[in-house]
Amino acid sequence: MSEIKRKYVLPGDYIVDGNYRLLLNAIKIGNSIHSTRIGIAEVSDDGVRVIPLSGVYIPRVGDLVIGKIISQSALAWDVDINSCFIAHLPAQDVFEDFNPAKDDMKKKFNIGDLLTCRITAFDRSRDPLLTVADKDLGKIKEGEIVKIAPTKVPRLIGKRGSMIQTIENITKCNVIVGQNGILVISGEDKSSIELTIKAIKIIEKEAHTPNLTQRIKEMLEKEKV
Amino acid sequence: MGKLIQNGIRIDGRKFDELRPVKIEVGVLKNADGSAYIEFGNNKIVVAVYGPKEVHPKHMEMPDKATLRCRYHMSPFSVEERKNPAPSRREIEISKVTREALEPALILEDYPRTAIDIYVEVLQSDGGSRCAGITAAAVALADAGIGMRDMVCACAAGKVDDTIVLDISDVEDKEGQADMPVAYLPNLKQISLMQLDGKLTAEEYEECLNFALKGCLQVYEIQKETLQKRYFSEVSKSE
Repeated sequence: MSEIKRKYVLPGDYIVDGNYRLLLNAIKIGNSIHSTRIGIAEVSDDGVRVIPLSGVYIPRVGDLVIGKIISQSALAWDVDINSCFIAHLPAQDVFEDFNPAKDDMKKKFNIGDLLTCRITAFDRSRDPLLTVADKDLGKIKEGEIVKIAPTKVPRLIGKRGSMIQTIENITKCNVIVGQNGILVISGEDKSSIELTIKAIKIIEKEAHTPNLTQRIKEMLEKEKV
Repeated sequence: MGKLIQNGIRIDGRKFDELRPVKIEVGVLKNADGSAYIEFGNNKIVVAVYGPKEVHPKHMEMPDKATLRCRYHMSPFSVEERKNPAPSRREIEISKVTREALEPALILEDYPRTAIDIYVEVLQSDGGSRCAGITAAAVALADAGIGMRDMVCACAAGKVDDTIVLDISDVEDKEGQADMPVAYLPNLKQISLMQLDGKLTAEEYEECLNFALKGCLQVYEIQKETLQKRYFSEVSKSE
């Protein structure tokens, strides 16, 4: 089996021949495997994947996302998670023994509130279901909101979190990264938050260039006050 | 009717198998999820793609795949005499054939209960605007990151002064004998649009189709070049 590390592909482009598993954004035409997105193709023993360079956020179970409450029904809140699907946060998840006759949902969250939540269920037939019942999840009280392209989020996190840890260690800011491309940055002073945002914007712009972590590290250390 | 071909050269100075100059730009609109601008001869067309997004009105939603909607529209100033901006019979038809030409290339099953909207806005019109629109729409869809089995490239061929020629211009369309727009999926080797306006013999038909497919492949190269330049030029510079 041949290995391909970084091959730039467009929709319809040929990647490789043979019996590989199709992991991400690849299809089989006859015996050959082709890309379905603009991106970087990688072929290994596991299979073929194309890391996309453009596109909107499609929810996945387990993703940490940052959303905004847009409406409220008798039993759940509707949350905008920057996707084509509206997510639901059931009141049962927030209240213990929820009773719609007694409990006032407005006491917990209101329309316009920003939440950090995790997707617990999502498939082809239903809208994403959220939870806030975990450590570090729930209402966001303070911080700076930054929006980036959802396809650039994996690069911002880096391999095993290397990129985001580098930024956090140098600027001493705390960055919550939503897989949907929304980030919350909180820190002690304004200048370090601004520096963090600057670094994030550079990563978004140059996401597909090599040695980015090193360059970001140098930039941050140089500009840190 | 004057002669459209003299000494083997067409009225605009092209050879029989020569395309008009084609220029494509990608990502020209900030507010759309994907966009492209094409100049195909004197055609100037902007295409915007939105989606996948929520479906409104809700009854258009499909449980198993995305709803693809397409609007081909000519601006009032795109032709010599002001065109009524209301959708005409011709525009409604071209919207339909554009959608059907793009549909086989898109993996709509990946985005159930969503909508993908394509807006093809003709700013300046010349012959072959549906082909130019489809070509630009495919680039805009790729830019929007929608899963595609293949790109779609389109080009017309036709018959002028009893000769089969590639890429019919406006004059050749009006004065000529036949016009055949073709959209092609180059890697899957499938034709997703084939219309024919005029009369051709069986041999001429064969030749005309082959001409159009050759034109499509030339257009495909330009599409690829445009997307590579936009997405990968920075990569190759830094490597």
